[in-house]
Amino acid sequence: MDAREVLSLSKDALMSNKMRSLLTMLGVIIGVASVIMLVAIGAGAKTYIHRELGNLGTNILIVVPGKTSTKGGIHPPSASTIRKLVYDDAILLRKRARHIADAVPIILGSSKVKYLNQSRDNNVVGCTETYFDMRNLSVEAGRFLSNSDVESKRKVCILGRTVKRGLFGDKNALGAVVSIGDGKYRVIGVMSKKGVTLGIDFDDIVFIPTTTAQELFDTDNLFNITVKVKSAAELGPAMEEIRQILMKRHANKEDFTVMSQDEMLGVMNKVLGVMTAVLAGIAAISLLVGGIGIMNIMLVSVRERTREIGIRKALGAKNKDILIQFLAESVTLSLIGGLGGVLFGGMVSLGVQLFIPYLPMEISWWSVLLAFFFSASVGVFFGVYPARKASLYDPIVALRYE
Amino acid sequence: MIALKDIYRSYALPRITVEVLKGINLEAEQGDFIAIMGPSGSGKSTLLNIIGCLDRPTSGRYLLDNVDVSTKNDNELAEIRNRSIGFVFQSFNLLPRFPAWKNVELPLLYGGVEPKMRKQKAVEMLGRMGLGDRSDHKPSELSGGEQQRVAIARALINSPVIILADEPTGNLDSKVGREIMEIFAELNRGGVTIILVTHEMEIAGFAKRTITMRDGVCYSGCA
Repeated sequence: MDAREVLSLSKDALMSNKMRSLLTMLGVIIGVASVIMLVAIGAGAKTYIHRELGNLGTNILIVVPGKTSTKGGIHPPSASTIRKLVYDDAILLRKRARHIADAVPIILGSSKVKYLNQSRDNNVVGCTETYFDMRNLSVEAGRFLSNSDVESKRKVCILGRTVKRGLFGDKNALGAVVSIGDGKYRVIGVMSKKGVTLGIDFDDIVFIPTTTAQELFDTDNLFNITVKVKSAAELGPAMEEIRQILMKRHANKEDFTVMSQDEMLGVMNKVLGVMTAVLAGIAAISLLVGGIGIMNIMLVSVRERTREIGIRKALGAKNKDILIQFLAESVTLSLIGGLGGVLFGGMVSLGVQLFIPYLPMEISWWSVLLAFFFSASVGVFFGVYPARKASLYDPIVALRYE
Repeated sequence: MIALKDIYRSYALPRITVEVLKGINLEAEQGDFIAIMGPSGSGKSTLLNIIGCLDRPTSGRYLLDNVDVSTKNDNELAEIRNRSIGFVFQSFNLLPRFPAWKNVELPLLYGGVEPKMRKQKAVEMLGRMGLGDRSDHKPSELSGGEQQRVAIARALINSPVIILADEPTGNLDSKVGREIMEIFAELNRGGVTIILVTHEMEIAGFAKRTITMRDGVCYSGCA
């Protein structure tokens, strides 16, 4: 018997009991499909976060006040007076650090923004002229801050789309004067749509010069210093450079933390990787259950066909022939199930991508191959026992079986 | 051609050992037609199983075509069954899912004959049994006599040394039973060696000689 004939034998056997074969395959189909779908969700989430962080600019370092150790432990709140980060820290970095393109001092506050009888509470971000490029933001109308806006502490602002819509509706906002807190600000630009990125709604922000924000919120303390590094290769040296420059200014105390966006990305990747593996593992258990279903059905089938086994043996079938016949059946079951699972899982993943765009799914080839070969080996593994049992039947006993 | 020498067969049960065959000596020549008779439990079927290489004697020698088969292993016995022996059973023992020709070609399948050749030979053999137009029918679509003729075609397909029939007419009415026996007689006239087990004197009458078994020994007719 060559492979083709073995296949046609198992086709005959499986087709003669279509419902049962289908239900048995269903176990494998569900297992394989869920492995593929869950891995697709994991891979999709990874890509999503990459894209979102990429949207916020690349090669970014963020300096925040206070030492937040990632190595655990809480530092006592009043152990030392923590020196805040101030505007001049950023200016110094911009001047001294050789690896960075620019450093933007950020002040974050919230304030009432009013135009005529419309008013809303808004986050107000104080920044400098390079911030938009750094964060891949752009204006839809008008312009962004200029160097002289910052230098001369001009009372100008750029409105996020949502803010503009809330205050002005469809009217033109450029050149209008809005009040922020108790000051009057001229609108010089409206941002183009950015949307929610990593939980921050960039359309619901008002941007003003950092220098102006210092007066508005009456503070010198920066929310952070956002630093653009010249290239990805210089991220490490830049971090060290920033640390040294700031420590010198801060009386050799490291009372600030330099964070790298890529580091955060790395951590998230790791978390997502573990999550994906755990989910795929759980899905693999269902594949295992599917395999046990195959074994169960094969045992029933062997029992039912005891007489057939006896007849075949009487006519000259060797143990090996019977073993191969039944093994081929279970492998066919699991392979077709695996194929069905790949199709089903793939279709669902693609469908989700098409119809629910905010739930990212990405089919990865390794998961397809893995699930498929896993299902094939499930067929072999769980098929061997019933097939061996069949092959060892005594022909005389089997022929007498009713 | 067939020589059984002092064949014993015993089964070890948990507490006792049952001796089913107690020293059988039997010889059959090419073209023989032997009927084995005897009451139930006399060891007829066990003897037939041993002759058919489905079972091995506990002791004694069995020469089939001058080859001692009593010491062969399972795989070798399977090959011998495939090449040298054709079985016809009381309950036909056809595979219900397959059409007649697929049942007939089974021995060729395990003999390693290629598919096209198998089908051709199977259909031809069914034609010889007068079932040329029934080769695509499944067993359930055939009468008892037709099913047994399919089984005979299957037994003959590999041109075996010997045909073994275990009460081949037991499930058939007497008219159809006689038709089946006519086929055996015809085959025997063509040179096929046949050994059959039966209860009925009338059936045994078709054979050239009859041996009678009682309590595991050959009571009459053995050499």
